[in-house]
Amino acid sequence: MIKAILIFNNHGKPRLSKFYEHYTEDTEQQIIRETFHLVSKRDENVCNFLEGGMLIGGSDNKLIYRHYATLYFVFCVDSSESELGILDLIQVFVETLDKCFENVCELDLIFHVDKVHNILAEMVMGGMVLETNMNEIITQVDAQNKMEKSEAGIAGAPARAVSAVKNMNLPEMPKNINIGDISIKVPNLPSFK
Amino acid sequence: MALKIVKGSIDRMFDKNLQDLVRGIRNHKEDEAKYISTCIDEIKQELKQDNIAVKANAVCKLTYLQMLGYDVSWAAFNIVEVMSSSKFTYKRIGYLAASQCFHEGTDVIMLTTNQIRKDLSSPNQYDTGVALTGLSCFVTPDLARDLANDIMTLMSHTKPYIRKKAVLIMYKVFLKYPESLRPAFPRLKEKLEDPDPGVQSAAVNVICELARRNPKNYLSLAPLFFKLMTSSTNNWVLIKIIKLFGALTPLEPRLGKKLIEPLTNLIHSTSAMSLLYECVNTVIAVLISLSSGMPNHSASIQLCVQKLRILIEDSDQNLKYLGLLAMSKILKTHPKSVQSHKDLILQCLDDKDESIRLRALDLLYGMVSKKNLMEIVKKLMLHVDKAEGTTYRDELLTKIIDICSQSNYQYITNFEWYISILVELTRLEGTRHGHLIASQMLDVAIRVKAIRVFAVAQMAMLLDNAHLLTGNMQRNGICEVLYAAAWICGEFSEHLEDPMQTLEAMLRPKVATLPGHIQAVYVQNAAKLFSTVLRKHEGSTDSQAAQETSQLLIERLPLFVQSANLEVQERASCILQLVKYIQKLQQKDVEVAEEVSALFAGELNPVAPKAQKKVPVPDGLDLDAWINEPPSESESEDEKPKAVFAKEEPKHSRPRHTEVDEKELARRREARKQEQANNPFYIKSSPSSQKVYQDAPGVEHIPVVQIDLSVPLKVPGLPMSDQYLKLEEERRQKEKADKKKKEKKKKREKHGKGKRADSGPESEEDITPAHHVDIVTEEMPENALPSDDDDKDPNDPHKALDIDLDKPLADSEKLPVRTHRSEALKSPVEEGDGEQIPQETKKRSSKEKKEKKKDKDKDRKKSKEEKKKKKKHKHDVDEDEPVELPSEEPVQLEDTSEVAAPPTSTSAEASDLDFWLSSAPVAPPTKEATTPDPAPSSGPETSLAAAPDSEADEPKDVEPEEAKSSKHKKKKQKKEKEKDEKKEKKKKRHHHHHHHGDGGGEDSVQNGTMEEEEPLPPMSNYCLLAENSYIKMVYDIQGNLQDGSQVVVSVIFENKSDSFLKSMEFNVLDSLNSKLQRPDGAGPHDGLVVPFQLPPGVSNEARFVFSVQSIVMPQKLKGTLTFIVKSEDSSTHEKLDFKLHFTCTSYLITTPCYSDAYAKLLESGDLKSSSLRLEGVNMPFHHLLARICFHHHFSVVERIDSCASMYSRSIQGHHVCLLVKTADQTVSIDAKCDEPSLLGNVLDEIKQTFSQC
Repeated sequence: MIKAILIFNNHGKPRLSKFYEHYTEDTEQQIIRETFHLVSKRDENVCNFLEGGMLIGGSDNKLIYRHYATLYFVFCVDSSESELGILDLIQVFVETLDKCFENVCELDLIFHVDKVHNILAEMVMGGMVLETNMNEIITQVDAQNKMEKSEAGIAGAPARAVSAVKNMNLPEMPKNINIGDISIKVPNLPSFK
Repeated sequence: MALKIVKGSIDRMFDKNLQDLVRGIRNHKEDEAKYISTCIDEIKQELKQDNIAVKANAVCKLTYLQMLGYDVSWAAFNIVEVMSSSKFTYKRIGYLAASQCFHEGTDVIMLTTNQIRKDLSSPNQYDTGVALTGLSCFVTPDLARDLANDIMTLMSHTKPYIRKKAVLIMYKVFLKYPESLRPAFPRLKEKLEDPDPGVQSAAVNVICELARRNPKNYLSLAPLFFKLMTSSTNNWVLIKIIKLFGALTPLEPRLGKKLIEPLTNLIHSTSAMSLLYECVNTVIAVLISLSSGMPNHSASIQLCVQKLRILIEDSDQNLKYLGLLAMSKILKTHPKSVQSHKDLILQCLDDKDESIRLRALDLLYGMVSKKNLMEIVKKLMLHVDKAEGTTYRDELLTKIIDICSQSNYQYITNFEWYISILVELTRLEGTRHGHLIASQMLDVAIRVKAIRVFAVAQMAMLLDNAHLLTGNMQRNGICEVLYAAAWICGEFSEHLEDPMQTLEAMLRPKVATLPGHIQAVYVQNAAKLFSTVLRKHEGSTDSQAAQETSQLLIERLPLFVQSANLEVQERASCILQLVKYIQKLQQKDVEVAEEVSALFAGELNPVAPKAQKKVPVPDGLDLDAWINEPPSESESEDEKPKAVFAKEEPKHSRPRHTEVDEKELARRREARKQEQANNPFYIKSSPSSQKVYQDAPGVEHIPVVQIDLSVPLKVPGLPMSDQYLKLEEERRQKEKADKKKKEKKKKREKHGKGKRADSGPESEEDITPAHHVDIVTEEMPENALPSDDDDKDPNDPHKALDIDLDKPLADSEKLPVRTHRSEALKSPVEEGDGEQIPQETKKRSSKEKKEKKKDKDKDRKKSKEEKKKKKKHKHDVDEDEPVELPSEEPVQLEDTSEVAAPPTSTSAEASDLDFWLSSAPVAPPTKEATTPDPAPSSGPETSLAAAPDSEADEPKDVEPEEAKSSKHKKKKQKKEKEKDEKKEKKKKRHHHHHHHGDGGGEDSVQNGTMEEEEPLPPMSNYCLLAENSYIKMVYDIQGNLQDGSQVVVSVIFENKSDSFLKSMEFNVLDSLNSKLQRPDGAGPHDGLVVPFQLPPGVSNEARFVFSVQSIVMPQKLKGTLTFIVKSEDSSTHEKLDFKLHFTCTSYLITTPCYSDAYAKLLESGDLKSSSLRLEGVNMPFHHLLARICFHHHFSVVERIDSCASMYSRSIQGHHVCLLVKTADQTVSIDAKCDEPSLLGNVLDEIKQTFSQC
């Protein structure tokens, strides 16, 4: 079982948090903070597993994480999951995000956390791995987005226009913000399959 | 209307959407909280509007704020509103918000039930998908109960997208509503073979998750998983299955044997590291489960260790970590194989990655031996010195202590060395583990009597240098050590060289800065020291010294009397008064030493930590019963009861001896021993360390090493444990030499008897401890129970899922359905096998009884088994494999052939598994035919023994065995039976549309106390339908209780030819009364296609449903089977005619009946009676009953001596009652039934059954 999936940046700011067990908001924030502390002090070239101890659940649990550019992707899992399998799952997740957002970067996650949630929901459901095939995931996500668009139809047009105007008027366009090299590079790792 | 929409859209223009919110937060870095609070106000306004688009937007923003840590539960109702929008866009937003912030305590959740149900049945698959995803996060017991049936229906949805989600969510439903597990399980199992890989993977996922917690209930799925493992190419699925097998093998060693080979193959063939790693892991689990008596698996161990070494040496830190992790599992059972890689592991201790260092430390734990303990600990001590960061150093410290103290100090040969190590560890800065060191010191000093002199000297030194430990307030964790030091010095003060000096050290003013509980120990033990000093000086004339001591105490103790700590204060003032009194006596020259030391006389024994828990509850004592009338509610709330007692440390609690009479005790002990002996998973106690020490040969020969302790002892602060290493080396050398001498002597005495004399390296046993050490074992209550299940957490939610899945379903277990009950339940799952529950419990208990009997017989059988093996060895030398069979297997086999357990639904599953597990190594038919059976009495074992390992992975190849000669008719019959069951099960998986009720029938035999008597002969209800040179058909007919007009005919088709049989069509000429049920749209004369093809030698089973109107008469139906025989070059169309015989018996269904209901039925007078007399029936009465039960679907209501009442019911609800009596080979059956012609026919059939035998 996957107990929680967290994405935060190099400064510990949460970009996505998905807990498959209930915690209060305060506890959730504390878990994110502590996880960040554990993960961020580790070197780049050490192993991707951390015994989280009492962080979530018990000693049966592990933190399995990957660090891409400015973001940490952390999965907290119990012993029924294969460590290397989860690492590959993170890779699939990031590659899927990359496909869905076209060169995903931290800002995509910042402004479209709902979309990230929707993509994640096609991969992991209730803490269990639902789908690992990237093409299948993307097909389902696209189909749902298409449905959303068709529903918006004419009624949605003014809203879209407004949103475009807003973007035009504002000095900062999300993609133009300069926070260094924020695009998440997806390295080609030996595929799982 | 249109205007309203436009207006709404225009309104929206001015609302912030999620992007605006995020942007706003980013632009207000300084006053983020303030900005967000204004945003929340806005959101509250938005939520008040009617426009659902506005609401959805607001909820979307709330979801984001929730991630930032803001509580949004106040908007729960609005979230429900958005969830119930008809538009997918908004629905998705609503469900996402709900999944992020709903939980069991959210009260609006109960409003969602109907909405979710609606969404689940939505024609749009994404509505359903979104609802399932959301529900998976916030499902509550209520939701689970109300929706379980809807979700179960979705498991058979046409879209795989929905199916896989429905399958996955079932796990959550099971967790919240365990009652749903049994009804839903058959369908879940069915999904393991879903054509869609995603659904299959989901089903594997769920079952693995379930099985991980309660593996024993899922053992019967092993064959299915095995098949998946050998056929699947999806690595995710493979990993899950392999992990699952890892959990199952400890329960069934034979499974492990079967797995080894395919796993080894996978290890060799796969390129995916993750899969390789899991394979290695499971092989390890298998090896652990087989660890006894499987010498030929050393190759597998070597393979694993080799592969792991490659992982550990890999530059990828992840692989290194996992390699070490897996290595630690091997370590437990095969320490030797791991120990050879000590270099590698020690190297990992230097790794820069802490995770890896910690794993390596874990490994060290198991790698120590008597020989290398000192060396390894020395290395660790070096690491302790080097280590930066207190966490890692603390970890090292605990590991050192763990390593040394493991299994009762098994590996410590020199306790002086250990004490020095402990003392050295006290110099660690800032450790949190002072108490750990302290408890070790106490433990060693108390339990190892020989070490006390040394320990006391060391402790005295520690006390003397207490300022080193306490000097820095940051180090206060370590001052716990002083607690131990003070107590040891006090308790064993007779060993002190200079008690006066220690006493002085303990009363220094600085002690007052120590924590209270330590001061208390100081004060108390100062008193003990005082008594020792007094006694020392008593004999001598020097009374001055004794008086000086008293004076010292009187001067120093007031310091403690002023302590803020109550305990210290109390003890100090008490002792102060005592000393003042003693001083008075001293001044009068009264001898007081004797009396003072009497205060502290007696020895304290260590008590095992679990002792208190293990005190058994005496018979007749009910701890839950109220002693007095229960107090009123309010009272009990005020009372915070008895925490005082609970906190009491076990050390102080002397277990009270409970009064159980000796006999009972002896009996219990015996039973326990028996149980342990028969339990293959009970690890027999290896010779305990205690024994090792006591029985160590030739204790008197051990040279007592004189250690000059004076030098290091006077220089505290310098490491001194190293010297022991050298000393130990020398000692061992010397010992070895001594031994050699001795051996030589022996040699001279008895010419060359000792071949092992001086060859080979020093083995474990050769190392004798430096001292004769008597480790006092911890005390346990006398009749403590050996069980160790106290570790289980009673609150584990998975405990509720420990449910027997093989039991047939009861009516009461159906999932709750809101409406259209009959229609909704028209799933094959619950039908048919839903009526046998009451009987089940009986079966269980009788089965248990049988188990016991088996155990009793076990020894006898074992010896018999041995004999057989010997015999076999005489016959054929080249068959040498059976020796390695785990002892359980032969017993099992013998059991089936001798006892021939009557089939029940539960045992059918079990024996099915047994069969699968034992069938693999059956030799191919050719071999079987040509090899004359060497030892006829041991048929099955021989065939097993002859099995080459290579066949282990072909479980399906068992069928050809049918060709085996019918030399041992009984056995063959039995085997066929098992096979039939296997086929039946296989069938069930494949063709559920035919599967309408297989309850009843053969499931009835076990009942009452029958099987405690003579074993029953094997029986089968399958009879020949038709046969030609190509195919053979056997069939059995069973009624379907769910539908009073249906019977199910199970036909086993067996291909007897060398050709492939396909396109089989089964057709029956319907009569007015009975009709074959054909699918909708088929004409009344169309045949049914048999849903499988038959390769040569294979058999398979299909089920056909017939509808019948009248069941009072037996009846025959003519039918034809047409099929195509396809050989390599040609194919021909063939046809086989048959006659299906519907007996009246086949309309009966085994139905349990209680004797009171039975009596009422007989009294009612509605039944017509008839009777039957059978002459010359020569079989035991219980066999007779079993036959009637088995062949005619009756159940025994009551049995008294040679008289029994039986009951059965027809599918149309006719009651049939029998009273069977026997006397001198004559059986009389009085029968009653509400339908006389049915009764007459049934009796005729019974008569026929007995005339046949």
